[in-house]
Amino acid sequence: MKLSKNFVKDYVDIDVDLKTLAEDMTSVGNEYDSAEKLINATKLVIGEIIECKDHPDSDHLHLCKVNIGTEVLDIVCGAPNARKGIKVIVAQDGAILPGKTIKKGMIRGQESNGMLCSIEELGLESKFLKPEDKEGIAELGEDAVVGEDPIKYLGLDDEVIDFELTANRGDLLSILGMAYEIGAIYDKPVKEVDLSHKESGEDINKTFKTEVKTENCKLLLVKKVEGVKIKESPDFIKNRLIASGIRPINNVVDISNYVMLELGQPLHFYDADRLGNKLVVRMAEEGEKLTTLDNIERTLSKDDIVIADNTHGVGLAGVMGGLETEVEDDTKNVIIESAIFDSVKIRLTSKKILRSEASNRFEKGLDPKRTYMAIESACKLLEKYADGKVVTGTVVYDKTDVKDKEIEITFKNINDVLGTVIPNEEILNVFRKLGFTYTSDDKKAIVKVPSRRLDISIKEDLIEEVSRIYGVDNIEGKLPVVPMKQGSYDKTTREIRNKMISLGLSETLSYILINDKEVKGYTLDEFEELRLLDPITEDRNTLRYSMIPSLYKIYEYNNARNQKDVSIFEIGKGFYKKGEKYGEDTKLCVLMSGKYSLGLTNQNVDFYVIKGVAEEILEYLGYANRYSFMKKEMPKELHPGQSAYINVNGTDVGIIGKIHPNITKEDIFVLEINLDELFQKKVGKMKYKEISKFPNVKKDVAFVVDKKLTSKEIEKVIKSAGGSLLTDIEVFDVYTGSNLDENKKSIAYALTFEDIKKTLTDEEINALLEKIIDTVCKKCNAEIRK
Amino acid sequence: MQEQIAKIKENALEEIKKVEDSKSLNEVRVKYLGKKGELTQVLRGMGALAPEERPKIGSIVNEVRNEIEKEIEEKEKKFAEKELQKKLEKETIDITLPSTKIIRGSKHPVNRVIEEIEDLFVSMGYDVVAGPELETDEFCFERLNLPKGHPARDMQDSFYITNEYLLRTQTSSVQARTMLANEEKTPIRMICAGKTYRREDDATHSHQFGQVEGLVIDKKDRNVSLADLKGTLEVFVKKLIGKNCELRFRPSYFPFTEPSYEVDVSCFKCGGKGCNLCKQTGWIEVLGSGMVHPNVLKMNGYDPEEYGGFAFGTGLERLAMFKYGIPDMRYLYANDIRFLKQFDRKDEE
Repeated sequence: MKLSKNFVKDYVDIDVDLKTLAEDMTSVGNEYDSAEKLINATKLVIGEIIECKDHPDSDHLHLCKVNIGTEVLDIVCGAPNARKGIKVIVAQDGAILPGKTIKKGMIRGQESNGMLCSIEELGLESKFLKPEDKEGIAELGEDAVVGEDPIKYLGLDDEVIDFELTANRGDLLSILGMAYEIGAIYDKPVKEVDLSHKESGEDINKTFKTEVKTENCKLLLVKKVEGVKIKESPDFIKNRLIASGIRPINNVVDISNYVMLELGQPLHFYDADRLGNKLVVRMAEEGEKLTTLDNIERTLSKDDIVIADNTHGVGLAGVMGGLETEVEDDTKNVIIESAIFDSVKIRLTSKKILRSEASNRFEKGLDPKRTYMAIESACKLLEKYADGKVVTGTVVYDKTDVKDKEIEITFKNINDVLGTVIPNEEILNVFRKLGFTYTSDDKKAIVKVPSRRLDISIKEDLIEEVSRIYGVDNIEGKLPVVPMKQGSYDKTTREIRNKMISLGLSETLSYILINDKEVKGYTLDEFEELRLLDPITEDRNTLRYSMIPSLYKIYEYNNARNQKDVSIFEIGKGFYKKGEKYGEDTKLCVLMSGKYSLGLTNQNVDFYVIKGVAEEILEYLGYANRYSFMKKEMPKELHPGQSAYINVNGTDVGIIGKIHPNITKEDIFVLEINLDELFQKKVGKMKYKEISKFPNVKKDVAFVVDKKLTSKEIEKVIKSAGGSLLTDIEVFDVYTGSNLDENKKSIAYALTFEDIKKTLTDEEINALLEKIIDTVCKKCNAEIRK
Repeated sequence: MQEQIAKIKENALEEIKKVEDSKSLNEVRVKYLGKKGELTQVLRGMGALAPEERPKIGSIVNEVRNEIEKEIEEKEKKFAEKELQKKLEKETIDITLPSTKIIRGSKHPVNRVIEEIEDLFVSMGYDVVAGPELETDEFCFERLNLPKGHPARDMQDSFYITNEYLLRTQTSSVQARTMLANEEKTPIRMICAGKTYRREDDATHSHQFGQVEGLVIDKKDRNVSLADLKGTLEVFVKKLIGKNCELRFRPSYFPFTEPSYEVDVSCFKCGGKGCNLCKQTGWIEVLGSGMVHPNVLKMNGYDPEEYGGFAFGTGLERLAMFKYGIPDMRYLYANDIRFLKQFDRKDEE
C-alpha cells in the first residue's frame, strides 16, 4: 500500500518528517519498503522563455533565453515545442534529476546554463505519462509564477511511503485507516469524512431492483448518478492516484479508484444505459462465459461470484467488470455498486483471473460501515467533479450484523502476558488513542472495538494493541526463571555424523525432490512412490525413497566441475507409501569416488574401502559380530559382482556396492543404511572382557580353493574347527594367477590362538592347526598351499 | 719370551689401528686372539718354561690379551657408530614432501548451525524434538489456527501429495504434535530444527529450506510473558549472530501467535548505518515470534485460561550465511565439494 502523505493529511495532522513517520509506523508493526518524495529532483524553478532562436549549427536545437525571476539564463534546448512565451520547468546548474545531474556547458559551441525539462525527466513512472509528457518540454499554465517551485505548482510535491502490510490489517488499505493508525501513534484526532451531496428525482428503489441469490454476498448497495460529463480529473485527484500507484483514466473511473483508496471499499461503476434495471448477484454456472473489460473471454466455474442483469453476466464480482457495461467516454448515467463479497471466493477467483487493488481489499475483509460511506462519497465526488445529479435513495440489501465488538479484559491479564507492570491509566490511554471506547473499573476494562478493526476479536488482540502502542521497546526482556531440568537431544544422529566426518567424508545437504523416473532406483523394495500434485518442475516431482539418486546428482555436479575425489555422506529422509501407510525413514547414505588417501602414496576408493566405512559405522554403533554382507538379486543400478545387502541380525537394513557401468563409467561406490530399521536391532553391550595373561601364538596357513568360494564360507569352517582357542582369523593375502589352476585361488589366513588359563604348548597348537586344515580341505574342497 | 710378547702386542695394536672395517678387524682378532692366534700360541709354548716363570708370563699374556681386546672393542664401537650414522644418513628423507593424508571430512554449515542452536537451548533445559516432514494438513495448518481457506495459507503455497498429505511448510507442525503428545499437559520447553518445503524457487527462496522452532508452555502467570520471550531471544541472537547485536521487536502477524512480533537485529555488517545487506535500513529481520494463540492452545489440549506460552522460529540458511559470510543461499544446496571442504574444522569459540 502506497501512502500519499498529502492525501492522509486530509484526515490527520502530521508534524514529523517522512522518514520518522515511516520508522514510527514500522515500530507499531507496519513495515515499509521505501519512503521517498514523489518527485526526487533539486534546483528546479519555473521560468519563461523570452527569446527562442534556432541554433546556428543544428537542425533541431534552439537557443533560449529563459527568465527565472532572479536572472535570465541562456539554455540550449532540443524540444520541438520550445518557443517564446511559454512557462517551463528549468533545471538549473547543479540540479539533480532522477538518473542525471545538470551542469552548465557548451552545446555545439553555444553556452547552456541549465535544462528545460519534460514531465518524463522528473522521474514519473512511464505508465503515468501522456504522449506529450515524453515528446517535449512541459508547458505550464499561464498562472505559473516565474521563480517559484514547479513541482509545487504541478501538485506533485507529495511524499510516498510504500508499506508492506501484514495480512490481518485490511483496515490499513485505506487512507482513513492509515489516519487512525497515525493518529494513535501521535495522539492526534482523526477528522470527519465529508459525504455531503444533494439528491433529487424519483427514488431509485422504484426503478431499479437488486436480487442476491448467494450467501457469498452479504451486503449490496446501489445508487444512480445521472448526467455525468466524462473528462479529465482535477489535478489533485490525478496526483493522488499517481502517488498511490494508480493510473488516472477519466474523472468517473478515477473517482471510483479515489474512493477505494480513501475508504478502502472497492466500487464498481456501470454504464446505466447498457445495464438495464436490475442487478443480480449469483454464483456462475459451470462453464459460463463472460468477457471482462480487458476484452478476454473468461470461462467461469461455480465457485465464481457473478454480477448479472436480467439475462446474463455483466461482471466478475470483486475482481473485474464486464466489457459490455463498462463506463466509456460517452457514458451519461452511472450505476454505482458498493458491496461485500466472500473473501475466500474472491481470493480463489482473483488467483485465477487477476489480482487487483480491488480483489486485494475484498480478500482482506471489509467494514460494512465503509460500504455505506463509500457509495455516498462517490456520489459527492461525481456531483462535484463530473457534474452528475445523484438520484434519490439507495437500493439496499444488507445481511450484515454491524456492531462494535465488546471485549472484557483484566489489567492483570495484560500485564501477565506482556511481563510488565503498566499502570491501568496508561493501558486505557492506549485504547483512547486507537479510538476505542471503554468502560473500566480498577480490575478490568470493557473495550468497544470499532467495526473497522476486523482483526480484533479476542483479548489477545487487545494485548497486542497495548504492546504496539505502548511500545515493545519499552518492555524490558528478562530470562525466564524456571524449575531446573536437563534438556535432551538425539545424540545418536550427531555421533553418526561426527563418525562419518572422522572417516573423511564431507556432509552434504541435498534436495529430497527428484524425478519420478529415478525414484525406483537402487532398491527392490515394494512401495508406492509419492508424487507432488503440483510440482514446480518435472525434475523435482517426486519424493525420494532411496537417497542414492540425490547423492549421485551431487557427484555429477562435482564431476562436471572436474572434482573427481568425492567422498560424501548425508543423513536424511526417504519417503514412501506402503499399503495404506504414508511414512518416512531416516537413512544414512554414503557415496565415494576417486582418492581416499592423498599424498605420494594414494589409494583409490574401491569396494573394500566403502565396506570398511560400513563396518566402521556398524561396529561403532555396537553391531560388531551382528552384521554380514549378503549377495542376492541386486537392483539393476548396482554392479552385480560388486554389491551386497547389509544384513543385521537377519534383516536387510542397507545396501552397498559399485554403481553399474551402464550408468557411469566412473568407479563410484555407494552405501545406504536405513537407520530407523537398524536401530530396531539389538546392540551388543560394551562390557569388560578378561585379557589373557598368557602369550598368544600366530600361525599362517594358505588354502587353494575354488575361485567362487567366498572367504566368508572358509572362515566359518575355520572358526568351527578352531573352537574357543582360536581367537582371531585374518585374511592377509589373496592370490590368483600363474602356477595356480585358472579356476582356483589361494587365500592366506593368519590365525591367532590363545588360552585364558595357560600357555598353549606347541603340541596343542599343532594339533588344532592340523584339525583346522583337515576340516577346511574336506569341507571346502581345498588344498594346503605349500 | 717377554720380548716376543711385547712384539706381538706392538704388532697387534699397530694393526688394529690400521684396520678400516669390521671384517678386517675380525681377521686381526683371529690372527692374535683366535685358537691358533699368535698370543694363544705363546700360551701354548709356556710348557717349555720353568714352572716359576709360568704364572708371571701367564699374567703378562693375559694383560696383553685384555689390552688388545679392549682396543678391538673400542674400534668395533667406532665402526658400529659409523655404520649407524651411515644408515641414518641413508634413511634421511625430505620432510617437506606431502604427508599421506586420509581425506578430511567436513560438516555442512546448516547442520553446524543446528547443532549450535540445539546445544544452546539444551543447556537452558529445552528438549530437542523432531517430527515428520511428510505432514498432514491437520498438523501443518488446522491445529495451528489456519483453517482451510485462511489467506495466510497463500503465503506458503505448499507441495501437496494428496488432499491430506503435504510436505510440511513449517516446523511449527511439531508444536502441535508436541502439545498433543504431552498427555499430562505439563509445561513444555522444546526446540525443533529441520527441513521445510514451500512451492517457490528463486534467488532468495529455495523450495527446500531449514527452520528452527522453539516453544515454551507454562502456567500463564509463570514466566511465559512477552518479556521472557524477549530475554530468551536476546540470548539466542547474541550467541548465534554476535554479542553486540541489538534487537528490535516489531509487531507483526502470524496466525499461530497473538500478539506476534518479528525480530530485527541491528546490521552486523554496517553496525546499523545502512548498507546493501540491510537494504539501508540498519536492521535485518531474523526471527518470527509471539505468544501462542489461544486457539492453538485449545486445539492441542491446553486450557488457554490457565496456560500460556511463547514460540519463535527462524530460517537456518540465513543464520549459516551470516555466520560464515556465504553470499548466496544456493551455495548451500549445490554441494560443491570445494565449498563443503571449507567447513572441515572445529568452529572457533
